[in-house]
Amino acid sequence: MGSKQSSRRRFLKGGAALAGLAIGGIPRAIAQVPRVEKADAPPGDSRAYGHRSRFDTSKRLDDTHAPHGMTTPIQDTTGIITPNGLHFVMDHDHMERPDIDPKQHRLLIHGQVDRPLSFTLEELKTLPSVSKIYFIECNGNSQPPRGPGKDSVQDVHGRISCSEWTGVPLALLLREAGLKAGATWLVAEGADAKRYAMGIPLTKGMEDVLVAYGQNGEPVRPEQGYPLRLIIPGFEGNISIKWLRRIKVVDQLYVPRHQATNAELMPNGKALWFNFQIGAKSVITRPSGGQKLPGPGFYEITGLAWSGGGAVHRVEVSTDGGKSWKDAELQQPVLPMAWTRFRSPWTWNGQEAVLQSRCTDERGEVQPTLAQLREVWGINSDFYFQDHFNGIQPWKVTPDGVVHNALLLS
Amino acid sequence: MGWFTMHYYCRNLLVLTLALTGAAAVAQGPAYQRGRNATEEEIRAWDISIGPDGKELPPGSGTATEGAQIYAQKCAACHGKTGAEIHPAKLTHMGGAPGPLVGGVGTLSSSKPVKTVGSFWPYATILWDYIRRGMPEFRPGTLTVNEVYALTAFLLFQNGIIKEKDVMDANSLPKVQMPNRDGFVPPKPEWKPGMKRPLGYYP
Repeated sequence: MGSKQSSRRRFLKGGAALAGLAIGGIPRAIAQVPRVEKADAPPGDSRAYGHRSRFDTSKRLDDTHAPHGMTTPIQDTTGIITPNGLHFVMDHDHMERPDIDPKQHRLLIHGQVDRPLSFTLEELKTLPSVSKIYFIECNGNSQPPRGPGKDSVQDVHGRISCSEWTGVPLALLLREAGLKAGATWLVAEGADAKRYAMGIPLTKGMEDVLVAYGQNGEPVRPEQGYPLRLIIPGFEGNISIKWLRRIKVVDQLYVPRHQATNAELMPNGKALWFNFQIGAKSVITRPSGGQKLPGPGFYEITGLAWSGGGAVHRVEVSTDGGKSWKDAELQQPVLPMAWTRFRSPWTWNGQEAVLQSRCTDERGEVQPTLAQLREVWGINSDFYFQDHFNGIQPWKVTPDGVVHNALLLS
Repeated sequence: MGWFTMHYYCRNLLVLTLALTGAAAVAQGPAYQRGRNATEEEIRAWDISIGPDGKELPPGSGTATEGAQIYAQKCAACHGKTGAEIHPAKLTHMGGAPGPLVGGVGTLSSSKPVKTVGSFWPYATILWDYIRRGMPEFRPGTLTVNEVYALTAFLLFQNGIIKEKDVMDANSLPKVQMPNRDGFVPPKPEWKPGMKRPLGYYP
């Protein structure tokens, strides 16, 4: 029982809130008890729909890779749920976000079915529903940046979010329509101006895909596909069609344009087709790039782990650049194809340290190092890095306490 | 259901069909009686998905000669005079300027691969589908069926895949052989659902 612990108890008893920069050690946190100020009135009627404190400034940032993408500040979010206003955004092909009146919206299911059906939103809401916590991740997330200046975990890994999605299982709707013998694939399409469409294997559609109208207790946000979004657990986010308006059941592989052009090239010039599933991944979100440790002492290392292949089985943390590893504590519940929050206590001695985490999923797939991925893909450092990057992310803490991204491609 | 691969749904279509969908189709009728039966007319109006065999292609036709004029008028501002250019301005909402549509053959295994319609796209019907649904960038869905055939023909001609006078229609377009048709590989077939995946590939 050291003095730090009793300080901590005093701090908690005092009821003060840790501010967003709680990366600091305990002494600093105490010094950061917020001043009491009269807040400006936030826009809108906050009694009718509440706003966060004006002191909470955590926000999405423009994606440096995609002009109209926005990244989630995963260094700031707590637990495993992304607030709706901070969910990452990556729109692939539309002129402007559709502004859809839910009363006018319809979902059409047709093609290789016995009964082509058209559903209103209200009709869908009368059907048996489920709520499931799933991550959605862009296939371009986590690509190691080239050169300095891309230090933050938000910049590198912020194209992922995790929500509780509520809706009707797609399998139920497909059974209502009645699948014809020979049906093998689905084409799902949005109501955006360019009718963005993607192909989905029917096996997946019958397994765990959701036609979602709810996101974290309220309707799906417009930038996430209001009023309906297809949620395809564990698969790259670009096939979870927003503003879902049509599902065509087909008897062969259809290749919508984005699926053809997104196919990832290997060094031999062949492309990996339908490279859907996200691998076993994890990243330490605190401490992470761009943050600063105020001084030696106790820190809680925390981060997020996930796998498109099921539940996270184990997360290990190394504070010595991968020489030794220690099991992190996993916050329950650990859910398949959802974020798992991990935590590991660490006392920083003030010397240079390299922090990294390694995820193992329920199938035994282990998150690889950059060197392992290079070997598998036959990629040298000059080659543009692949989508679906799930390599281990090291963060280097220098003696001045500044945390740097230690995974920069030359 | 566990995990699956291209092997599972591509090479064993028959097994898949019998095991999952066929059985479901025979065994179950609608349980909830929700939703309205969609009419053939509304399905026709909404269904713009064109498969590789082109069976949904509508009547109409066009040639590269016709397409050249439409292209100059409606496409060249962003895609350049010949389709091989990269526009300097950031015109699209995704990834900045549109990539080239023409050329790039032989670059896919280099360190600077150029993915174009000619060098990369596997089926000619994808081009038709996408021009109709997504182009022109700021007025998608405004092209006539004949304009879409003509523009498709123009881009295939520019890529050296068809001749200038070749008529593209519902019959001829699906028969066009794209150069990179065999350039796409599924995950390794020895992998089975439920198995730990070899490092670096994602079914």
